[in-house]
Amino acid sequence: MKTIVCKLLILTFVLALCFTLFSCGKDNDEEGDVSSKDKITLNVYNWGEYISDGSLGSYDTIAAFEEYCKNELNMNVEVNYSTYATNEDMYSKLSGGAGTYDIIIPSDYMIERMKNEGMLYSFDVTELENYKYISEEFRGMYYDPDECYSVPYTYGKVGIIYNSTMVDPVDVENKSWDIMWNEKYKGKILQFNNPRDGMASAMFLLGLDINSTNKSDWDKSLEKLVEQKPLVQAYVSDEIYNKMISNSASIAAYYAGDYLTMLDSNPDLAFYYPTEGTNVFVDAMCIPKNAKHPELAKEFINFMLSPEPATANALYIGYASPNSLVYENPSYIEEMGEDAMEVLYSEDESRYPFDPFYHSFSPELLAYTNGLWENLKTENSTELWVHITSVVIVGSLLGYAIYNICVKKKRSKDYRLRDKAKLLEKRNAEKSKASAQNK
Amino acid sequence: MKHFNRVYLILIFGILYIPIITLIFFSFNSANSTAVFEGFSLRWYRELFSSPDTFEALRNTLILAISAATLSTVIGTAAAAGIYRMKSKLAKNAINSVTNIPMMNPDIVTGMSMMLFFVALVGILSIDYESIGFTAMLIAHTTFCLPYVILSVLPRVEDLGKSLTEAALDLGCTPIQSFFKVELPNILPGVISGFTMAFTLSLDDFVISYFVGSSNFQTLPLLIYSMTKKKVTPDMYALSTLIIITVFIFLVVSNVKSGKARRKESHK
Repeated sequence: MKTIVCKLLILTFVLALCFTLFSCGKDNDEEGDVSSKDKITLNVYNWGEYISDGSLGSYDTIAAFEEYCKNELNMNVEVNYSTYATNEDMYSKLSGGAGTYDIIIPSDYMIERMKNEGMLYSFDVTELENYKYISEEFRGMYYDPDECYSVPYTYGKVGIIYNSTMVDPVDVENKSWDIMWNEKYKGKILQFNNPRDGMASAMFLLGLDINSTNKSDWDKSLEKLVEQKPLVQAYVSDEIYNKMISNSASIAAYYAGDYLTMLDSNPDLAFYYPTEGTNVFVDAMCIPKNAKHPELAKEFINFMLSPEPATANALYIGYASPNSLVYENPSYIEEMGEDAMEVLYSEDESRYPFDPFYHSFSPELLAYTNGLWENLKTENSTELWVHITSVVIVGSLLGYAIYNICVKKKRSKDYRLRDKAKLLEKRNAEKSKASAQNK
Repeated sequence: MKHFNRVYLILIFGILYIPIITLIFFSFNSANSTAVFEGFSLRWYRELFSSPDTFEALRNTLILAISAATLSTVIGTAAAAGIYRMKSKLAKNAINSVTNIPMMNPDIVTGMSMMLFFVALVGILSIDYESIGFTAMLIAHTTFCLPYVILSVLPRVEDLGKSLTEAALDLGCTPIQSFFKVELPNILPGVISGFTMAFTLSLDDFVISYFVGSSNFQTLPLLIYSMTKKKVTPDMYALSTLIIITVFIFLVVSNVKSGKARRKESHK
């Protein structure tokens, strides 16, 4: 029998090995078809839905870049494109070592953090041929003052989206954040579902610095949010689209570009930038330090800045582009429409005295603000009966288990006693028998 | 009581199927929304078939699910046969509980530990993470599918008992022949259900893939998750609809077939 088991095991391993080899071989074959052994793979790591990908006849950026490499650079390049959902996901993937990428597109504060941690490849950005088209305003940003890490890809601002049929025009006249604290719209307000954006909305209203290192500022912001909580219908991220489009909520703070997407499906929506100030974000293309093909990555960045891909991407994503080839391009302006251009590229009239960009926090402050946010979210969020039911269930399970153990112990003790008694009886009987015989 | 039965049934099936029906319904929406139905159109199906990323991800997911299911079925069946033949009861119990750990373990622990392991491995071998991208995923998925296969094969092996195999050996089979000719056909239903279970588990795994996945191997669940920065596009509903229809057809065909087989048997 043992030999069968041994043979089986060996067979299994051989099969498994064959299978992996087979599957690897298949992959290689596929690559072999495209020819040439010096094929280069460029790993691009981008946000989901953040590039014009050729769907429904749109411009296929990746294919165009591969074509460009073949024709212009005489290189056989294959772009390996994958996506992430948050800056933090991307950061943990990179810092965990589970991935080497040639291009990443983090947001401003994440660039600052990665730069400080030495995770970014440094090069003279201004040497890129198409960099000159980047608007002056977006060069040498605070996270990259010497222009040696990043090239801006998109930017945008947070504003208030409201449903003009459900909101009284008087309430939006002063263009303030306070509409999100207006009792009239109880249960119709949507708030961000992440600590940074959520707390910032309160800080703008209170006139505090969104990058404050003073913990009492954050406490004040939390207080304001606790005050707002009864009015809030839900804390949302991308669910906001459905809620605003289907009129189930009437007020929300979100990004200008996404407002335009919602407007397509619900023409009743309207938008303004709060005058107290609002957050501005920039997503920029960077090269991680451990990139395998930094030179090719630079080519990719340069390609992304050239007219056709830049315009196609700006149209696809719907966020504002810092590239003058895009925002001065008549066909782009026509496609977007005047109103949309106004929303995306309007001059800032806010009187916010502080820097509207998010800065990277110290780990301690980050933990502190996350803790505050946690308090806000957990406070009374689950109703009492849920707690009681779970306690009852856990308690009864525990009770049953303990009861079982006790009963078993007692039973086994009883059995043992009974056995012992029987044994004694037997012995006694034998003894008495023996003594009777002896007698 | 009769009314209660009916209401209960409707309630359960409603909760099970209304979400799926909603999804199918909205996949035919002409608007880019999941909230407002503006009219019937096949727009999202067209979009789905013109998007290379989605198909790449779908292909990856299917390749991975089939490979992981096959590999874990082979290993799991062998393991079940082996565990049954173990003489020491202690060793049997020990092996059984050890193989169950990946099943009892929360996915997040398995995923994290797998990631740490592969990152360390890559460091020691000084190769790129990408070069083991698929292999790492395959190993991870096989690992968490394995206990389910063992769980569905082992009872079959136990039911079968040793006598048939021993008879086959007596009648001149080699051990390998006896396994493939006698044992395997008898335990086949268990093997197949193990394979199906492993396949579905691997197909929709997110947590483990999220940690282990490399840049050159993105599966469908990862792709859909990454869309939440902007919004999940309705072409994903179209894709899900197609998957549901495929599964539905598969189920109907297999049920009809087994029904026919049963009728034949009863006729005999």
